Amino acid sequence: MPPEHPRTLFDKVWDAHQVQAETADAPGILYVDLHLVHEVTSPQAFSELDARGLKVRRPDRTYATLDHSTPTLPPGADGVRPYTTADAAAQVEALQRNCARHGVRLAGWDSEDRGVVHVMAPELGLTQPGMVVVCGDSHTATHGAFGALAFGIGTSEVAHVLATQCLLQRKPKTMRVTLDGALRPGVSPKDLTLAVVAAIGFSGGSGYVIEYAGEAIRALDMEGRMTLCNMSIEAGARAGMVAPDEKTVAFLRGRKFAPQGEAFEAAAARWLALASDKGARYDKELHVDAAAITPMATWGTTPDAAIAIGAPAPTPVSDSQVRSLAYMGFTAGEVTTHAPVDVVFIGSCTNGRLSDLRYAAAVLRGRRVKESVRMLVVPGSESVKRAAEAEGLDQVFIDAGAEWRLPGCSMCIAMNGDFVAPGQLAVSTSNRNFEGRQGKGARTILASPATAAASAVMGVLTDPRVFSEERAHA
Amino acid sequence: MPERFTELTSRTIVLAQESIDTDQIIPARFLTTTTRAGLGAQAFYDWRYDASGAPLADAPLNTIDRAEHKILVAGDNFACGSSREHAPWALLDYGVRAVISTSIADIFTSNALKNGLLPITVDKETHQRLLDEPGGRVTIDLERCTLSIGNTEPIPFTVEPFARRCLLEGVDTMGWLVERIPAIEHFERTQDNAA
Repeated sequence: MPPEHPRTLFDKVWDAHQVQAETADAPGILYVDLHLVHEVTSPQAFSELDARGLKVRRPDRTYATLDHSTPTLPPGADGVRPYTTADAAAQVEALQRNCARHGVRLAGWDSEDRGVVHVMAPELGLTQPGMVVVCGDSHTATHGAFGALAFGIGTSEVAHVLATQCLLQRKPKTMRVTLDGALRPGVSPKDLTLAVVAAIGFSGGSGYVIEYAGEAIRALDMEGRMTLCNMSIEAGARAGMVAPDEKTVAFLRGRKFAPQGEAFEAAAARWLALASDKGARYDKELHVDAAAITPMATWGTTPDAAIAIGAPAPTPVSDSQVRSLAYMGFTAGEVTTHAPVDVVFIGSCTNGRLSDLRYAAAVLRGRRVKESVRMLVVPGSESVKRAAEAEGLDQVFIDAGAEWRLPGCSMCIAMNGDFVAPGQLAVSTSNRNFEGRQGKGARTILASPATAAASAVMGVLTDPRVFSEERAHA
Repeated sequence: MPERFTELTSRTIVLAQESIDTDQIIPARFLTTTTRAGLGAQAFYDWRYDASGAPLADAPLNTIDRAEHKILVAGDNFACGSSREHAPWALLDYGVRAVISTSIADIFTSNALKNGLLPITVDKETHQRLLDEPGGRVTIDLERCTLSIGNTEPIPFTVEPFARRCLLEGVDTMGWLVERIPAIEHFERTQDNAA
């Protein structure tokens, strides 16, 4: 029998975390189960605690890592890590110091658990269904793949959570995006993600929490769901969620910080009950035909500017789009598959997981990166790096002529010394193609790992199905 | 604690481009700082300086009198992208006290309000009037929640009531939350019992 007041997945998580309900005068107080911390957005928050004489209230619900400012090249012969600037080194040292002083666990340089925050936390089982997860990072939406309510916060709010384990929040609206049908062979989760962001538009998700539903979502593995939820913010939504199912449970079983034994079975039963009730209402509904999606790539400087690879760049409808096309060096009505690609980047919290590296390696195996292309492969975590090396993926990349680096955010945000030079064109598996995002004057095409690998081989933006069809006919 | 905001009359800076993202407001390579101070020097850095770091003589953001231009009018979807609070810190340090657009990103809005930078969303018609008159004088009255373009009729806008009160009265949000720790502890006890 359906419940009297059917609730969405979001409603259930939201309701369970209300310390104090919102009123007309004041926002509600929302409890945070897991607070993830990295070096870039935390130093000023720790300073604020210090200035007020406050301590981290729940170090047991706080977990830190080093990812944004960290070099991806190993230490030199002198044992010194090649930080891009003294400031970057000082920022990492500040987090090490702050964590030590406040008793916060840190996956530091010497930890086998270190990784990009949104890759690391799920693989450690820190992220669990039904949790509220926050981090001073807009791609925190990634954790919504587990049916958690996960969103990015600013540094003032990082301080609030450190000091109180809570945030002041008003209830957002809900949007359901239903992916009908099945993805075609050779079409990856990133292609689906770019198609969804394009369908919602750059600010269509503003003020909403998105729930992704439908046949194509159920068919995605957990890593694919993370890729999708990760980019919710690129459509303006602070959070994206997927209802937990048997895949979620299977992923978490046995993870380091997941419940163990009988406690796990009890937790799994609670997790599976989080799915939206039949008849639950959403403020907005959107349907996308998953079966119609083909490999996608962006042509402009907002992530929603995505089209099928091989389709002509659109005719601009605004001055901003004119500027966007001009910045990218593309012409309206012409395909973007002729422009020489200078750099290929595989990695990031969007596509730095093992399955992503497998997609790329499948294309590169037995092939060479074109001589004019610089290709960087950066695993999302130490764990991804170990797993990839165990199955020989690192050697596939190295043999093809790519660079195999240490885990970190690297060229996605380009603040650690890994960057795309002015004017260069990059095909990147990351999440933002903003002007200068990957370095001053850098031009970024967002695409999937398979597309990035295929483009590295061909030297131009390439639909990776060219190679899978070759294999099929071999 | 943020500076109070009650009323502001100032000239506008108009940046009509849509989707001015947080990487434009402050490029990521400047985020290795561990303080909030001095980020105005890097605000819109790539719009103001060439590759060698020399200021671009024709960049409006380099030529305006900042003391006279404290209201930024920006294209739709302003400050999309990252959660970096360095964006409002940089704008405030540069001299901006209010941002007006047809839509402003959620996380930026939250961050701005906590720092005394007022984000205001307006309808397309009002936005167009502002875009058409760069450098025009605008008065923002947060007590009444109105903005006036020149001497014309005040136009109402909305701000989240708690954030408005914090700005008007200088309420310390962190202090407000810390005072509620007993309620938070009570919540935690009920959770522990339920688990």
